[in-house]
Amino acid sequence: MHPVVKLVAQRLALGMLLLLAASVLIFVGTQILPGDVAQSILGQSATPQSLANLRAELGLNEPAISRYFSWLFNALQGDLGKALSNGQDIATSMGSRLGNTLFLAISAAVVAVPLAILLGLIAVRYQGRWPDRVISTVTLATVSVPEFLLGYIAMFFLSVKFRVFPSLAAINDGMTFFEKLNSIALPVLVLVLVVLGHMMRMTRAAILNVMQSAYVETAELKGLRKFTIIARHALPNAIAPVVNVVMLNLAYLVVGVVVVEVVFVYPGMGQYLVDHVSKRDVPVVQACGLVFAAVYIGLNLVADVVSILANPRLRHPK
Amino acid sequence: MSDALLEVKGLKIEATAYPPGEAPRDITIVEGVGFTVEKGKVLGLIGESGAGKSTIGLSSMAYGRGGVRITGGEVFVNGRDILKVGPSGLRALRGREVTYVAQSAAAAFNPAKKLMDQVIEATLHHGLMGKEEAEARAISLFAQLGLPKPETIGNRYPHQVSGGQLQRVMTAMALCPKPDLVVFDEPTTALDVTTQIEVLAAIKRAIVETGVAALYITHDLAVVAQIADHILVLQGGKMVEYGTTDHIINTPAQAYTQALVSVRSIDHQEKTGGAPVLSVKGITARYRGTKFDVLKDVTVDLPEAQTLAIVGESGSGKSTLARVITGLLPPSKGEITFNGRTLAPEFENRTRDDLREVQMIYQMADVAMNPRQTVGTIIGRPLEFYFGLRGDAKKKRIQELLDEIEMGEGYIDRYPAELSGGQKQRVCIARALAAKPKMIICDEVTSALDPLVADGILKLLLNLQKIENVAYLFITHDLATVRAIADSIAVMYQGRVVRYGSKTEVLAPPFDDYTDLLLSSVPEMELGWLERTIANRKMEAAGN
Repeated sequence: MHPVVKLVAQRLALGMLLLLAASVLIFVGTQILPGDVAQSILGQSATPQSLANLRAELGLNEPAISRYFSWLFNALQGDLGKALSNGQDIATSMGSRLGNTLFLAISAAVVAVPLAILLGLIAVRYQGRWPDRVISTVTLATVSVPEFLLGYIAMFFLSVKFRVFPSLAAINDGMTFFEKLNSIALPVLVLVLVVLGHMMRMTRAAILNVMQSAYVETAELKGLRKFTIIARHALPNAIAPVVNVVMLNLAYLVVGVVVVEVVFVYPGMGQYLVDHVSKRDVPVVQACGLVFAAVYIGLNLVADVVSILANPRLRHPK
Repeated sequence: MSDALLEVKGLKIEATAYPPGEAPRDITIVEGVGFTVEKGKVLGLIGESGAGKSTIGLSSMAYGRGGVRITGGEVFVNGRDILKVGPSGLRALRGREVTYVAQSAAAAFNPAKKLMDQVIEATLHHGLMGKEEAEARAISLFAQLGLPKPETIGNRYPHQVSGGQLQRVMTAMALCPKPDLVVFDEPTTALDVTTQIEVLAAIKRAIVETGVAALYITHDLAVVAQIADHILVLQGGKMVEYGTTDHIINTPAQAYTQALVSVRSIDHQEKTGGAPVLSVKGITARYRGTKFDVLKDVTVDLPEAQTLAIVGESGSGKSTLARVITGLLPPSKGEITFNGRTLAPEFENRTRDDLREVQMIYQMADVAMNPRQTVGTIIGRPLEFYFGLRGDAKKKRIQELLDEIEMGEGYIDRYPAELSGGQKQRVCIARALAAKPKMIICDEVTSALDPLVADGILKLLLNLQKIENVAYLFITHDLATVRAIADSIAVMYQGRVVRYGSKTEVLAPPFDDYTDLLLSSVPEMELGWLERTIANRKMEAAGN
């Protein structure tokens, strides 16, 4: 078997195992939370009899192990159960939320990733001179400011003062693609500013590391332009560390946008999760946890695989 | 003037040094160097490390490595001063009029790109040919340089071809844009001696057939004698002697050049007989997780106070043998007897005396010492560890050892970074001697040193052998070193000992095929040696 296939298969298997472990943690974590689900559904009016009935109905009297496995098998078949608070099917109501979150995340990534890499290349090209300093300082500043503050600043200037974009990022199925884009412009802007610095700095550091190599000198002695050398000779050898940071940031865009979604009242996963945590809706919290874990592990898996594929020694064995 | 392709006048090159704890200061690396290379001629630049030969070579492309700056003089290429043409003028020069072949092709190729893309990159970049024409030229150059499968080798990645092949691909890369001048920077130094002769012959043939001019940089006078029309001898950034190859090799005028030409003047009387201090019997070994034996049934003896040289190319298993003897790699078969007792296979199970009596000296003295310890601490450590010496007694012994390695008072408080390469290796020798060993394993101890410095180290080792009665297991690929120091020789090839005996036996005919190849590949300091050797081999091949 080709060594790359073997390595990728290994990583996939490891990812599955990790996801399984995450599911155990999520289940255990929600079990040890204080409070009783039946009690919280029935509230003050609960009688001991109705509580016992509801417990039996929800299967809460079963041992935890068997509840875990039935939850896991249902989840594997796409059945995430029903929300306790409103009785809706979780998979259905989460579907559109997840879609919205992914739409926001992908829009931000499409802008942020190429921009971060380009800025990294420019910073290397003018290393130690003013473009490098400006890029490094500005991106560091935007990373350092909390995202909700960035959100409100953007809102104040772009929607209140100059009325460029709407302040609320409300979207629905009736809108066209461009109406949606216009609607999410502000949260995208904030997310881009938050993730840009990290990716740009990693790109810069990884490429600078490669710029010390003898083959960069060879390229210089061929009479190539500096930027050509950076983009054509240095970047392909700096892919692995850059991809890892890019994937970490993409995972953040999916999993960590709670604050931004709340600031802009965006109907995404983060809001959904926050709403149901406050209602002690355990099945929804479990389902969200599982989806977030899957996204995180999946993206890191992609980073691993890309790093493997970027290594010519593995791709083309002797 | 009409035929002068490269003309350098009054070259001065400076760099900024950052000594630890002091203010940065400018130092002069090269001063007052001038020479001319005519069309189709080869000039050899020769000198020891630090002589500025690479720096001068790169100045013909107006390139300064690291913080190196060309601060004075003129460099004319095709009649114009390239120090005054500006960045875009330099880009037009580099890769078109002047090209470069680096010492380590393995590092000089981009690992993420196919060879062909890199070979024709400069040609395409300067718009000299179309892609197909450039590829066709590259393939014909591959064939000219004797590369296997010239049609398809360009589709490979750098890690997929051997070091010797890579060096030839790099030569093809330099020749592809039809430059006027190629700078060869120690192109064969990193290669095994049997590979070196092939690459050398290929380079020479390519130079003759394409009529390109060349600067050939090397520290090996015997190599440059084969290839250059003129030789410029450099020392400490200044010119020592400049003349035709014949003049420099056969009638050198300057004392320094004479020393370079007559290096390896050690006359060592071979010792024979004696009881073995080390017996290696039937050793077979492999690295964990691998499927083939790196050592196969190796049996050698080393008599007391004598030197056994283990000779072979990289990959022949000679360093692995050292790892087995020191117990770093337990063998799968065989036994090691030392001083009459059988050594445990793993060093963890050996007694402290077993460990003390076998010491090692390494190729890279730099990395074999803790850079944050002084010479006194480094040498003092085994004195404390093995003999419990403290205070004045320890200090006295350290001074004795420093005297033995011919370094005086002032060195005890110095750090390794403040020593020269030869001095560092001397400190490593003193550290090994401090343990009062019966045997020292010397792993390529002179390979990283300049010839004259290496000579000094070898003389020191021979002297110390007389005084301390220590035996050396001397691992090397350099046959000149072997001639100078060995009492007996084991030639290794692909994990086996193919020839073993006293020095006179091993170095006298009749030879087996491999030893013959090895011996005849060592460049000799006479004109025409390369052509004669290649012709001999062709005749032998035809005769078979």
